[in-house]
Amino acid sequence: MNATSARTILICSGKGGVGKTTLTANLGIALARQGARTAVIDADFGLRNLDLLLGLENRIVYTAQEVLAGSCRLEQALVKHKQEPNLALLPAGNPRMLDWLKPEDMKTIAAQVGQQSDYVLIDCPAGVEGGFRNAAAAAEEAIVVTTPELSAVRDADRVIGLLNSQGIQPIQLVLNRVRPKMMANQEMLSVQDVTDILALPLLGLVLEDEQVIVSTNRGEPLTLEGHGAGSPAARAYINVARRLCGEDVPLVDPSKERSGLRAKLGRLISKNLF
Amino acid sequence: MTLRDLINRLLRREQASGETAKQRLQLVLAHDRSDLNPELLQRMRQEILEVVSRYVEIDVEEGEVSLETEDRVTALVANLPIKRARSLPLIPGLGDSDQSTADPLRRAS
Repeated sequence: MNATSARTILICSGKGGVGKTTLTANLGIALARQGARTAVIDADFGLRNLDLLLGLENRIVYTAQEVLAGSCRLEQALVKHKQEPNLALLPAGNPRMLDWLKPEDMKTIAAQVGQQSDYVLIDCPAGVEGGFRNAAAAAEEAIVVTTPELSAVRDADRVIGLLNSQGIQPIQLVLNRVRPKMMANQEMLSVQDVTDILALPLLGLVLEDEQVIVSTNRGEPLTLEGHGAGSPAARAYINVARRLCGEDVPLVDPSKERSGLRAKLGRLISKNLF
Repeated sequence: MTLRDLINRLLRREQASGETAKQRLQLVLAHDRSDLNPELLQRMRQEILEVVSRYVEIDVEEGEVSLETEDRVTALVANLPIKRARSLPLIPGLGDSDQSTADPLRRAS
């Protein structure tokens, strides 16, 4: 690929704690493992965590702040992942940067990073204020992460409205922390409910998975070779990466896949046979 | 789901919470997307009823003006059962002087 062909993708959600940073880390590793030169930018200057999830927190020397100030070269600030050298992190600077950081600054950073990457993933802060607007200014396309919960879907809807008004296209959806059993029992918004309401194409479905917590504890994303390879969330993240690259990987609605008496009973009730 | 929940659902005493969530979400998003707060909607609803009732006699109790949303498009939907048409529309400024100040809604009931 030539220097200008990087895809710059914003990973956002509106609500905090739905899995933006986890997705950024795992997707970054998965893309890198597919051979794409991938850079992840931590745009959450107030509450940065991407370094921790990638296990790179002890290797940060310079940050986006020094790059913008011109006191170091971009290559000096980018932290290469040891196991997956196709992946580099541009760490967030000091929270005080928020006082002066402008959308143009984020554009400058993303453009520089894009010159040597195939994919640039921007980990967006929660909220819809300045931090979000700065991060969104630098992106061409977006992935909205949400969970099947009222507050998360409502906030995602707000963010989608803002992305639309900025002309960011395409916008795709990742539905995170899905509990198939609760969905089958109709005790949770269904996949169909969420995609109908938000009217976005579904890029991935990630099941609630305890291995995500374990991998965060260790600073080793599930998509790293030999780590969470077998776990449902790892498979889901890898599939997101494959779909993002244009591969046709079918999506299966987990609530319709289940068998067992309770799920069957739940479906019977849903069909109003009683 | 506890056994009691299951029995309640079987007996149709209670709908599944997922369905409740969907309905609540659709309602709140219709308001979020149109950026109309309930007070403004109420005012608009009142004025729409006033205008319509100048021309036809409507059932104010049964009338419904609400926001509905589908595919990220929000629509204002009014459902106003008509009792009968007015023989002479009550248009302010056209006709009797007292009609311009009177509330046509109250007159209709």
